[in-house]
Parts: sequence; structure tokens; C-alpha cells
Amino acid sequence: MDKIKLCITVNGEDHECYIKPKKLLVEVLRDELGLMGTKRGCNTGSCHACTVLINSVSVKSCSVLAVQADGCEITTIEGLADAAELSPLQRSFLDYGAFQCGFCTSGMLLTATSFLAENPEPTEHDIREGLHGNICRCTGYNSIIRAVKAVADGGYEEAADE
Amino acid sequence: MAGMRRQPMSKKYHVINTPVHNVDGIAKVTGRAEYTFDVVLPHMLYGKILRSPYPHARILNIDTSKAESLSGVRGVVTGKDTLGVKQGIWRRYKELCDEEILAREKVRYIGEPVAAVAAVDEDTAEEALDYIEVEYESLPAVFVPLDAIKEGAPLLHEQAERNINVTRHIEWGDVDEGFKQSDFIREDWFRCSSQAHVCMETHCAVASYTPDGKLTVYTSSQSHYYIKVLLADVLGLRENDIRVISRYTGGGFGSKFELDSAQFCSSVLSMKFCKPVKIVLTREEEFMATKRRTPMFYYLRTGVKKDGQFVAKESRVFTEGGAYTAMGATALYLTGFFQAFPYDWPNYRFDGYRVYTNTPPTSAMRGFGAPQATFCAETQIDIIAKELGIDRIDIRRKNGMYAGYEVPGQAWIQSCGLDECLDKVDEWIKGKGDLPANNGIGIAAYGFMSGGIFNWFDTPYAFSSAVVQVNIDGKVDLFIGSQDMGQGSNTTLTMICAEELGVNVQDIRLHMGDTDKCPVDLGAWGSRETLMQGNAVKMAAAEVKKQILEFAAAKMSPNIVYDLDIKDGWIHLIARPERGLAFNDVVKEAIRGRDGQPLVARGHYTPHRKGMISPAYSFGVQAIEVDVDPETGKITLKDCVTAHDCGQVINPLGVQGQLEGAIAMAAGYGFTEDLPMDEGKILNPNLVDYKLLRTTEMPETTVVEVETYEPEGPFGAKEAGEGLTNPTAGALGNAVFDAVGVSINELPITPEKVLEAIREKDKPETNKED
Repeated sequence: MDKIKLCITVNGEDHECYIKPKKLLVEVLRDELGLMGTKRGCNTGSCHACTVLINSVSVKSCSVLAVQADGCEITTIEGLADAAELSPLQRSFLDYGAFQCGFCTSGMLLTATSFLAENPEPTEHDIREGLHGNICRCTGYNSIIRAVKAVADGGYEEAADE
Repeated sequence: MAGMRRQPMSKKYHVINTPVHNVDGIAKVTGRAEYTFDVVLPHMLYGKILRSPYPHARILNIDTSKAESLSGVRGVVTGKDTLGVKQGIWRRYKELCDEEILAREKVRYIGEPVAAVAAVDEDTAEEALDYIEVEYESLPAVFVPLDAIKEGAPLLHEQAERNINVTRHIEWGDVDEGFKQSDFIREDWFRCSSQAHVCMETHCAVASYTPDGKLTVYTSSQSHYYIKVLLADVLGLRENDIRVISRYTGGGFGSKFELDSAQFCSSVLSMKFCKPVKIVLTREEEFMATKRRTPMFYYLRTGVKKDGQFVAKESRVFTEGGAYTAMGATALYLTGFFQAFPYDWPNYRFDGYRVYTNTPPTSAMRGFGAPQATFCAETQIDIIAKELGIDRIDIRRKNGMYAGYEVPGQAWIQSCGLDECLDKVDEWIKGKGDLPANNGIGIAAYGFMSGGIFNWFDTPYAFSSAVVQVNIDGKVDLFIGSQDMGQGSNTTLTMICAEELGVNVQDIRLHMGDTDKCPVDLGAWGSRETLMQGNAVKMAAAEVKKQILEFAAAKMSPNIVYDLDIKDGWIHLIARPERGLAFNDVVKEAIRGRDGQPLVARGHYTPHRKGMISPAYSFGVQAIEVDVDPETGKITLKDCVTAHDCGQVINPLGVQGQLEGAIAMAAGYGFTEDLPMDEGKILNPNLVDYKLLRTTEMPETTVVEVETYEPEGPFGAKEAGEGLTNPTAGALGNAVFDAVGVSINELPITPEKVLEAIREKDKPETNKED
């Protein structure tokens, strides 16, 4: 199978690589770019552990071919913090203990990031609906819901650059 | 440098019972935590495992030549490339070590490994599996324990007559006399289903063998020590020529302390080709071919007095063992033991039979036999209470265990907050007032162990060990052998060290997850870590603290009737806390004064004279409110409270997380999760058809901590994670009973079963007792 050229921007950095057309986005992120923070829990699109943002929309990276993301801007877990400055959701996840083994956490944080961008004033029920696809076997979800709600309620300011 | 400083010393503990961030938290929320799944080594090959499509078959021949000739394939191994050691965790009981992992002569379940291939990438390895030709002779198979014990049933293992793998008998008092004295006797059959662990990180390993005879294995595990020793046994290596590494384990729940196919096959391949080999099980393999919760067929006969006083209980269980012993023998013992929990039964008898079947082996899973026992016991207690017209809280209070109670010949309960847990749950239920139609509340009481006393593994080492070293800048190195699979033991143990030594959590650098660098601990199973590893950490920290205080005392020369202590980095007179010295300054001088010798100490813990099961027990009561739709049988979880005695809480954030996670997993066991099979083949090996709870199905979860002090635990602490899986299925069933008056004896409690039971109940002239 001939390799084809892929140009993507990941966490603000431009990448150019040559890949087999059947490569999934999750495979390119992990195997080509070494961004191991994106996990894979099932490979059938059922667990959302591999969620990343493509042009700010949350997408399961095991369910898209890398070539479909050609020319797009992608955000992975490695791009959520600004250097050492954690994002509001990352900080609230720490405060609320919203993870245990941590394997679903990348996907959970990216889903929540895009959810809050689209729903700035969600109810608790909205958050549960918004994260419905993400499986977490450890926490029972409630700590995650609390952490997302706390950010939505304004408890965590975006890292101040003003 | 002696100085004065104002210190708020009023709090008993400066670290314990304060919510602190998980010590691995930043690594986990930034995607920096490196799991085995993420490990890539130079020149690494990728492995895949060929598995049996038959539930029971003889292997006549395996031809690997076509696969080996494929471009990109490095080679294939089969059972013939192994030493053929029958392995298992039962190193003291060789007859129970019955699993080869790469089968040489016979396969006994669908999914059993028969060959493994290494190739340049996963796709090539996967493709090569199709070219391995295995000739099987299919054998008659048996899938249900009650069929497998029949005369003439196909035998899985020749030495196991009637397929009986292990039997277990527990008895105290005079059960037959007890029944004679009972006013009311109730008999019931129950069926408890299987459950998959569903760790988000599937089983995986990267093995790297080098020509100097050393093997390094990165793996997702709950016990690096067990994996190291088991690998040494099957590979013919010395224990300490094997190094098992990985700080992060993406979930375990009981599925990751036995040797698995990824670890074994990657090691065999790596030894053959002298290259690193990585094997990651697919989600489908994870469902079909890793171990799972033990299905149980329970018979209970229970005798009570008119006033609800428990008199006698007889229980018999047949467990579906699957093809191998795995950890199932312990699940059998524990289900029998916890069948009597948390009550004072004057007369009790248990007979358990673990039966081999041609299904994937059943083993340890969070609760380890106790959730099954608790479901049956608590369901029956509610039926008895209703028949006798006794309040369900009262009947439990009347018969509950208490501090100082001895489980005859088995265990001694030193701390027990069961009564207070019942009070708290009672208050919560009363606060709910009248419920709408078809709503109900169910309760279940439970207890669990804080680490097993069992040593079937035959370790000559202490059960837990720790090393604490204090450096010249006051930074503390803590070395532990235990494994954090998400349950938070890294944080708990760091907190215990910080509290004992008088420093802060941030002052401690934790070293774990590497058998070359860390002392032995038996691992994270059976709720061991807080109590056993915690005691070892506390002992090491206390010994270092003693060394520091000796030096500080010499320096401060207080009247010798005064004691010194350290809190929050301040060494001070207990009676006059403002008089003291900074920890960092003292440490620097102490090391200099000891001719540069570091301040270091070891701690260890092995239970002695603590009964048969565990040094300590947690207790609790859970209540769940449900809404049952009588038209469809659908159950909605509305609310839940758990009053919980885990002794002294170490990390409140951790305990709450454990509790909520346990409810999600155990509610799944109670009403949505199951592994249905057809002729030994699991029908739902994916995350669409296997129904885990999602965000929208989780109820509110209130935790009420009932604090007791456990003399055997570090700072009085007990287990707080696994036992919480025990009550939920029973409480759920009892809530359905309360809501619509039907009691379901079979897990999971599905809408179909509820609906059928409602229809059966509503039929005229049936189920009416004369």
C-alpha cells in the first residue's frame, strides 16, 4: 500500500508525515507523533477513551481515518495545558478526584472541554448527557460530573494572561 | 538554629483525613502517565495470540510454517517452545496449578491460547494468525456445573473426578440442633451471574530478553512481585533475573495479579528472538479469554426465632469454575465465610464445590465471592423479615456483629461500626418519607476483609515491606512494592508516611512499580494495601523518625521527661510545640553527624495470630432507592446512601471515589451486566452489547463515614474499596422487593425477570400460601 502525505496541526504544531491511507487518527497520533496521552479502550468507537478535538469538535480518533483530518487542527490531551498551567478542567479533575486509574481521563477531559465550549451553562443532567458515551470503570462518574459542573459554575478561571 | 515558631498543633493529624490531590494526578490529567500500553522499545516486535475456537479439543498438530514464511513475521511459538510447566498462584498446592497458558495437548475453553506470533507490526501479526494451521480433535464439552458433576460427564482434567476442582467446608456450632430450635425455616435457591472486569487498559505486556539472561517485562499488573515469580517458574529463570516494571495500571479489579497470556507469550517470544515483544489484548480477547467473576448456584436454608433471632444457617454452593483453578479456590472459601457476614450466627455450615467447566476460567473480581454471598443472604433476610413482620433494620441490628465478636475458629472482629451504620441508614430512609407508587428502598449490610492472611503463594518474604530514606534537603524517598491500579494506594501510602514522619505529602518522592528497586509486597488484591502495606510504611517511617528525634533531642537537650514529635516539618516538644527545630535543618546536620550515612529504615508487616482470613474487617450498610416501571420491568436507580466503617479514613477523596466506583460496578452486576454464552462462547464480547453503567444511569451517592479505630490498622484504618462492591446487588433486589413486592433470586435483575415475576404475582390462585 502506497503511503500518502498528511498535513495536520496538532496542539498548535504543524506536522507533515507519510502514512498508509488506512491508518486511523489514533494510530498516527500515537505511533507517528508519539502523543501517547490519547488512549484506546476498544477500537470499535464504544468507549470514547480516544477522544480528541478536530477543529474544536470532539471526535473518537479510533473512528476516523487520519487522512480525514488532513488540514485540520487537532487538540489532544497534551495540548490542554499551557506549559505548566493546567486548564480549568484539569485543575477541577484534581480537586474533585475525578479519575482513578486515569486511562479514560484524556478522553473524558477532551469530551468535557468541547462540551463546555458548546454548553457554557449546563445543568447536571446536561453534563451527564454530554458525557454519556465516555466509559469510566473506576469512578462511577459522579466525581467527574461534579468537576465539570464546578468549572461551568465559574469555580475555575482560565489561566490569566490579562 | 533552635527557634520559636507558632504552630497550630490542635489537630490530631496534620495529613490524615484531609483531602489531598492524588500523587499521580498531574501525570494522569496531562496524559503524561506512561502505561504499559504506551511503552515502545527500540527494535520492538508486536505479538498476537492464536486462540482455540473449540470449548474442548485435543490438539493433534500445529503447523506454523506458512505463517513463519510471511513477510514481516519474525516467528511463531507454541506450547512446544515452553517448558510445559503447569502454573498457578497455588505454589504451596501443586495439584491446583493446572494452567499451561500455551496449551500443549488439550484446550479446555474457547479463547485458550495455542500459539503466538511476533511480527514487525500488529497488522502483520494479526494476518499471520490466519496462516497457523491447527488440527483439533473436538471433544464432548460441558458448560454448567450442575451438569459437569454428573456421572459420565466429560472430564476436563483427568485427576478431577466428576470435574470437582476444590471443595470447602466451614462449620461451627450445631446446625442440625439449631434448626430444631428454630421457629421459622426458609429455603431458597439463588443464581449469581458472571461479570467482566472491563479494565480500560486491556491486559498487555512488553517483554524484553537480553543475551545476558535478563528479562524485563513492562506490564499492567496488580502485583509485580507475583508476576515476576510466576514468570521465573514457567520460564526456568531465577526470580531476580526478571524485572517487572510499570508505575501505572489502567484498572485491575482482581483481573491482573495472575500470570496472563500477554505476559507469558511476549516473554516466550522475546526469549526466543532476543528482541522486545509487545502484546496488547484486544477488547474482544479481554472479554473472551481473560478471567471473570465466578458464577454461583447457591442453596440457603435459614432458621430463626419468631422474634427474628438468627439460629442456624446452612449454605451450599456450586461454582462455575471454568477450565482452570485460577483464584477460584479462594473465591470459594471467601464466599462461604462472607455468607455468614456481618451477623452473629450461632450455628453455621457451608459446603462449597468448585466445578470445572469448558468455559473461560472464573477467578477473583472485586469482592472475591462476597458480593454473590451478600446478594443471596441479604435477599433472604428481607423475605424472612417480611414473613415474620419484623422491621428490616431491626432484624439486622438484632443479629449484627460487634467489636469483640469471634467468628468461631475463623476470625476475630476488633472494630465494628455496624450498629451505627444501621442507625444512619435508618435515619436516611425515614427522612425520605412516603415514596411514590412503584418506588422502593432496599438495604443490605456487609463486611469485608482488610487483606488476606493466605499464603498459598508460599512467599518467604514479609507480606509487605517498605523503605524510607530521608535526604539532606528534607526530601523523603519512600519505596514500596505495592501497585496502584487506580484505587489510590500511592496517595494513601504517601499520606501515611507523611503523617508518621511529620512531613508533608509534597516532601515525599514515591518509588514503586519496579521489582528491581522496590521491596516485596504481595500486591493490590484482597484489600491489602491500606492495612498491610500501610503498616510497613508506618513502621519504616517511625524508625527513621526515631533516628531523627534522637539527634534532635541531643541537640535541644530538653528535660528527659519531655517527648519530642514532628508535625508539618517542625520538630518540637509535645508539651511546648512552639519550642522546636526545622526538620530540614536537623536532617542535614544529622546526616553530617553520622559520617554521611543516610537516614534510612525498613518496615515490614506479616499478620500473625489473626485468625484464618484477615487481620481486620470493614463494615457498612447501603440503601438504594429505585423506581420500577410495572409495565416494562425497567429499574431506575434514584438515590443511594452508604454508611461505611473503614476505621480511620486516611484520604476522604479516595474513599468517596472508591465508594462511587464500587456502586457503579456493583449496580452493573445487579442489573445490567452479564456474560451469556452459547456452548461456551461468550455472546457479547464488546462494549456495546456488554452493558456497563453510563453517566446517566448513576444515582446520587451519599457517603456517611462511621469512624471506628481498628487496633491492627495504621492510624486505625481498614479497607475501603473492595467491600463496597458487596451490598449493591442485594440492596437493589430488596429495593425492587420493596417497590413491587417481587423478590428476584437470579442476577442480573433484568426488566424481563421483574416483569415476569410481577405477572406471576398478579396471577390469581398462584403463590398463595395455605
